[in-house]
Amino acid sequence: MISRRQLLKTGLAGSALLLAAGFLARPDPDALRASDTQGLDTRFLNASDTNLLAAIAPVMLGLSLDANQLKALLFGVDAAITGLPLMLQAEVRQLLDLLGNRWGRRYLAGVKAPWSSASVAELHAFLDGWRQSRFTLLRSGYQALHGLINAAWYANPASFAALSYGVPAQGRILQ
Amino acid sequence: MTSPLKDPIREGLTRGWQVYDGAALTQDLQLDCDVAIVGSGAGGGISAEVLAQAGLKVLLIEEGALKSSTDFRLLESEAYPQLYQESANRQTLDKGITILQGRTVGGSTTVNWTSSFRPPVETLAWWREKHGLSELGEAEMLPWIAKAEARVHIGEWLAPPNPNNSVLEKGCSALGYSHGRIRRNVHDCWNLGYCGMGCPTNAKQSMLVTTIPSALDKGAGLLARVRVERLLLSADHKHVDAVEGLALKADTLTPSGVKVRIKARHVVLCGGAIGTPALLLRSGAPDPHEVLGKRTFLHPVVLSGAIMPEQIEPWSGAPQTVYSNHFLHTWPIDGQLGYKLEVPPVHPVLLATTLTGFGPDHARLMQDMPHLNVMLALTRDGFHPDSQGGTVKLKKDGSPALDYPITDPVWQAFRQAWRSMAELQFAAGAKSVLTVHENAKPASSWAEARTQIDTLPLEILRARVVSAHVMGGAAMGADAQSGVVNHWGEHWQLDNLSVIDGSLFPTSIGANPQLSVYTFALRNASRLASRLS
Ligand SMILES: Cc1cc2nc3c(=O)[nH]c(=O)nc-3n(C[C@H](O)[C@H](O)[C@H](O)COP(=O)(O)OP(=O)(O)OC[C@H]3O[C@@H](n4cnc5c(N)ncnc54)[C@H](O)[C@@H]3O)c2cc1C
Ligand code: SF4
Repeated sequence: MISRRQLLKTGLAGSALLLAAGFLARPDPDALRASDTQGLDTRFLNASDTNLLAAIAPVMLGLSLDANQLKALLFGVDAAITGLPLMLQAEVRQLLDLLGNRWGRRYLAGVKAPWSSASVAELHAFLDGWRQSRFTLLRSGYQALHGLINAAWYANPASFAALSYGVPAQGRILQ
Repeated sequence: MTSPLKDPIREGLTRGWQVYDGAALTQDLQLDCDVAIVGSGAGGGISAEVLAQAGLKVLLIEEGALKSSTDFRLLESEAYPQLYQESANRQTLDKGITILQGRTVGGSTTVNWTSSFRPPVETLAWWREKHGLSELGEAEMLPWIAKAEARVHIGEWLAPPNPNNSVLEKGCSALGYSHGRIRRNVHDCWNLGYCGMGCPTNAKQSMLVTTIPSALDKGAGLLARVRVERLLLSADHKHVDAVEGLALKADTLTPSGVKVRIKARHVVLCGGAIGTPALLLRSGAPDPHEVLGKRTFLHPVVLSGAIMPEQIEPWSGAPQTVYSNHFLHTWPIDGQLGYKLEVPPVHPVLLATTLTGFGPDHARLMQDMPHLNVMLALTRDGFHPDSQGGTVKLKKDGSPALDYPITDPVWQAFRQAWRSMAELQFAAGAKSVLTVHENAKPASSWAEARTQIDTLPLEILRARVVSAHVMGGAAMGADAQSGVVNHWGEHWQLDNLSVIDGSLFPTSIGANPQLSVYTFALRNASRLASRLS
């Protein structure tokens, strides 16, 4: 098996990392845990994606989300992705397949436990590791997750109260 | 609730405007006209009105949907996917810069922030001296500027700046930096601050409520949700024979399979910088001197956030009303890159995705939003010899990509701009300042901020860099060697093709560009109208 170091080197050499991701993504998906997020009627996200996003999102946002908030968030991410041009959707698919795969999770994200049972500390270390990585590819993977999760959460009016954000009174009649 | 206000678009549709929605087309369409205009933004809107007024049969073809005030419900969740290119998530090839551009009828003018600046005299002088565009003298341009200002109702904004903008004004006063108030293209503005989501009151005098209704009233036709794929060229590559478009489904992304073919005496490209050069590239337009798509500029923007003791509510009130040109005039125009300071509107999605960091730190900053001031610096690219901008390329599905490497002088300007913004924010009384960079932490004094900024790594995907001003890529040149078009926007090789949009500019403008686009559009479309009629 290729080591993480080798993988990163090939990645640097071009888009070989993404090719490898496609290869890695085929076998061996993480076992899914039966949870509230399964059986969601999403257009883009599959069960493996919702499983991993449900684990990452609260850590990314720094918020604890109840089951309904989590569902709303996953629908939001799904909607955000389906609004992207098809070429960008394909890139998001590669990223999610890479992370959803056991090897990708273990060797690229550095998360040992399956997503649904990974500790907050482990998830935090993964996000911070990618955010501050010296490889632009990993930094861009982090930024994609950051963008999607934040856009999905803060587009939802349910998030506004915590920010004291609201449309000014005279604007409300226009909504 | 539906809006109690009039909606000029819905009224026009009931009056019987000739409007096609690509998503509703079930069979291929063939149309004939005098002038086909691709793109309905600043350049396309003005051109449509001028040419329709001259009695020409005009067809306006727009990739985005036709949305209007009734649809604008002050929600980011609806605005970004519906009204922006790539859901407001367009990025440069290496993902280093996020680009905001409109994709709707009215183009970027439907979602822009209404700041109105004349094309700077020093920029026009540079174009005359260094780009050989000697025709663009001040006496030539001034009447067109005045006409453009009148057309979109540009005037002084008399209401006091909102607290977010006041921070810039206070900081500049304290430090003795020159500053001023920004003029706006509005009429009976409610001072709400939602210009970026489409103006719900029709106060903003965008193309959507001015020139486009006027052109449609004069018999022009509009095709929305039709993406122009390519121009069909004559065998000798000297002439555009037809314009070929793909009807899009209701998602405004996926082609439905229905094709649109338009025959026109003349074709005007107004797809905006990135969109226009990409269409020329897809069409295999002649480019003997390899200038097409090159020198595309962004006014790359870096940002600084500050927690203020007072209530700011940066989402409320007219978005950009104060500016400082102090750092545009500090160095020679082709020396160290200068920058213009402004204050953007701040709404939850825009803020959350732009802010760096994650987890509880990020959540706390979000919750501090009512006290948050955000400042931005627009760097003036395209004048320094090592600031050549970016190159428009095509992805494998033919969609555009901008390859914009951030070169050393641009990075140096970013560092300098972060310093200026932190200094200004502290001078205005900030409790803490956060440079928007993944390696920065909130600093509680100007000295602390400066030390931090001096060591921030200058790398993409660490520094947050954004842009809402795309310019160039099909530039005017004094001859075919140096440009894609001449100073009238006429293509050097194709005899019935003009470019009339922001892609004309041979450098960045050095000010928010909408009024410059309107000005050139009025001038060049008027010339075209007299040529054709
Ligand atoms: C959020 C935001 C805020 C801004 N704020 C300000 C401001 O305050 N002041 C200021 O001066 N400027 C501002 N700008 C910039 C300004 O609006 C633009 O510079 C100006 O509108 C550019 O005009 P244009 O004609 O080149 O392109 P656009 O106005 O962008 O119009 C291009 C249109 O062409 C369409 N198109 C592209 N390709 C195709 C195709 N192949 N087929 C069919 N249609 C196509 C696009 O969908 C788009 O609608 C802002 C821009 C944005 C996005
Ligand atoms: S601030 Fe004025 S122009 Fe902007 S959206 Fe509100 S009413 Fe319209």
